[in-house]
Amino acid sequence: MSNQSEADGGLVARVESIASFEHQHTMLSRIQHALHSNPALVPLIVLVLSVAVFGALLGTKFFSSFALTLILQQVAIVGIVGAAQSLVILTAGIDLSVGAIMVLSSVIMGQFTFRLGLPPAVAVACGLAVGTFIGFVNGWLVARIKLPPFIVTLGMWQIALASNFLYSGNETIRAQDIEASAPLLQFFGQSISVGGAVFTYGVIFFILLVLVLAYILRHTAWGRHVYAVGDDPEAAELSGVNTKRILMSVYALSGLICAFAGWALIGRIGSVSPTSGQFSNIESITAVVIGGISLFGGRGSILGMFFGALIVGVFSLGLRLLGADAQWTYLLIGVLIIGAVAVDQWIRKVSA
Amino acid sequence: MQPILSASNLCKRYGRVTALDNCDFELMPGEILAVIGDNGAGKSSLIKALSGAIKVDSGDIFLDGKKVNFSSPIDARNAGVETVYQTLAMSPALSIADNMFMGRELRKSGFMGKVLRQLDRPAMERIARQKLSDLGLMTIQNINQAVETLSGGQRQGVAVARAAAFGSKVIILDEPTAALGVKESRRVLDLILDVRARGIPIILISHNMPHVFEVADRIHVHRLGQRLCVIDPKDYTMSDAVAFMTGAKAAPGTTASAA
Repeated sequence: MSNQSEADGGLVARVESIASFEHQHTMLSRIQHALHSNPALVPLIVLVLSVAVFGALLGTKFFSSFALTLILQQVAIVGIVGAAQSLVILTAGIDLSVGAIMVLSSVIMGQFTFRLGLPPAVAVACGLAVGTFIGFVNGWLVARIKLPPFIVTLGMWQIALASNFLYSGNETIRAQDIEASAPLLQFFGQSISVGGAVFTYGVIFFILLVLVLAYILRHTAWGRHVYAVGDDPEAAELSGVNTKRILMSVYALSGLICAFAGWALIGRIGSVSPTSGQFSNIESITAVVIGGISLFGGRGSILGMFFGALIVGVFSLGLRLLGADAQWTYLLIGVLIIGAVAVDQWIRKVSA
Repeated sequence: MQPILSASNLCKRYGRVTALDNCDFELMPGEILAVIGDNGAGKSSLIKALSGAIKVDSGDIFLDGKKVNFSSPIDARNAGVETVYQTLAMSPALSIADNMFMGRELRKSGFMGKVLRQLDRPAMERIARQKLSDLGLMTIQNINQAVETLSGGQRQGVAVARAAAFGSKVIILDEPTAALGVKESRRVLDLILDVRARGIPIILISHNMPHVFEVADRIHVHRLGQRLCVIDPKDYTMSDAVAFMTGAKAAPGTTASAA
């Protein structure tokens, strides 16, 4: 250090506090930091507020354990698909094929049982396998062939949906038939009730899925790598993350979760219908965005998606109980989507 | 003394462009070797070859006297050659601890780690904090804050600490001060000297002659895909170095390469 250049002589009297933080703790910057480290806070606050508002307006009609668990039942399918969507969006991708994979898987579970006469357990396994396989193909195209996720899944959406109609011949399997000969298909429709609260197995699966994924994303190397890939794929690769393997596993897992959603869908509607779940892809993206997960990847938490899905459920049920036109729900959801993305942009501007 | 990292007769062509033309390289233990060269001289090809980012067409690389063949930066890293890229290769939204252990996370022992594959966060945070304070970077208070909330110099510090933390034999620093202000450059240069004081040799690629002349023990001048000469910064001025680099002045004899 003896030969420091003359130019640095000017630094002799330098202020040594350069690397310390000059915290000007304004209220707003503190909020910004809190949200930066806990991205699920915004949707949680919105959820609590909306429950409080509808509770105040509707009283016990809304604040009953029955109504509140009904919301869970209504959002369970979108929530399960939303969990799959969250994983993909965390890697800075998007999966438009989630709904189509879900329906195709449910149709395969139904038709393999009734048309091919396979045991229901085998048919369910086949449905899960097909969903995983389609997800894997998505992942392979994204990671290996390097096609944009939007294009890959837009194409896969059409392919899966068309296969679904071609294979099923647009034919619905009636609920009574399923109940009589293959009750396993309706497994997720069974429920346990505690007091007035009704928890279907689908709801329980949804909650467990969110908790398990939250654990995986937060506490395993794989989960951290999902965030790293979404944040900056080149940096992740140079740090020793196998980005291709992460992407393929994320899309395959997304396909598997969607296939489970297809199984839960049979439980929810009772029948196997190739025309159900048409808007699941958009609804799942809505839950993810309202839940504060960034569409640019690498930020947000799956708990946020959980709250986002519940917000949509609370709004739909609350407004329906108020007797409002269903369009008000869509209008308010639209406002929430734009608001959520605006908040996301603001949180990103956080700096020391 | 045996060089810790050396290369002989490296050749690399991109189509009709020759990036490396029988290039030699030697890094001695415990030294800071600066690599300077004009744009297009092939110094980044040389560094990429040493760090495993590209495969050379011919020539050999030796680490600790043993021939190595890196097929990826991860390969090189596993062998002990750590590179701090100009982009730093960090995930801005993740915490300092997450970034330091990215790709080599520690898992808990027993059931939680083996079956549930749970990360050992307390250990990772403890080690990260210790590595940062070893390098005098503990002005960073919270090991769990996101990297994007750090200043440019602090990020560079974390990246260097990450490279120095994992038993590495050689650290390659690519333009570490290029994006920094005067004060932060100062701190990063001190950090580089600290790392050398801990016995880890450093290859420093920089365009900033004052910085090079301040910290380097020897300077490898790269020109037209070859090692033109290796000079001692005490024997030459910055303008000499620039003159050699651009060809305005003849290099100091062929014997200089044995300096």
